[in-house]
Amino acid sequence: MKRSNRPIFWSLFGAGGMLSALVGPMLIFITGIAVPLGLLVPRETMSYERMLAFAQNGFAKIAILAVIGLFLFHGLHRIYHCLHELGLPLGHGWMAVLHGLAAVGTLAAAYLLTVIG
Amino acid sequence: MKTYMRPMTGWWRRNPFYLWYTLREWSSFFLTAYALVLLYGLARLSEGEAQYEAWRASLASPGSLVFHAAALLLVLYHAWTWFKVMHKTLPFLRLGGRRVPDPAIFGSGVASAVVLSLLLLWVLA
Repeated sequence: MKRSNRPIFWSLFGAGGMLSALVGPMLIFITGIAVPLGLLVPRETMSYERMLAFAQNGFAKIAILAVIGLFLFHGLHRIYHCLHELGLPLGHGWMAVLHGLAAVGTLAAAYLLTVIG
Repeated sequence: MKTYMRPMTGWWRRNPFYLWYTLREWSSFFLTAYALVLLYGLARLSEGEAQYEAWRASLASPGSLVFHAAALLLVLYHAWTWFKVMHKTLPFLRLGGRRVPDPAIFGSGVASAVVLSLLLLWVLA
């Protein structure tokens, strides 16, 4: 019998859901609102030097990869179901395409993190 | 072969519960877009200072701020509902031979999110 790939993608979906529930709102607030406006957090928090040093740290690399990769797997998995519910049933082939896109995004992030040094 | 498909137009407007559900589901688009914003920023960071600073300046544009404000609200609602159903999505948790009550699972989820978020803000501010 062919083994289902569901447990793998379900775990990635679940991990992304948990990570985004725990830190998603605060991350969006910090990088998208607080830092650009200099609200509560100084603008230099995301200066080139600081972000470069951050992305070169081993633990930070794992955190960045987890945030980008898991958010993509969670988001794209749910977009499939969301479109179905809004009257656009895409079919299983499209689910593979969306998971593939999430994988490409994750690999791109991993590649960039190794290039940064 | 063409099979019958039940029409589904406008179902989400029929009941306030469906409306809230649909609103929550929209967070998936915003979360995906946010991940792409970060991925793009990472790419700019790897290209050098001028490219990175251009990306950072674009974050302060009105369009970007509106996008992030909407994303913040929707992902916040996603987080709330994620913890709200956690007693159903997790296997039964037992503590001292007794099942952990549902409100305790919800409460500890929200508490962890608040503590982690404040920690994140405190480290950066």
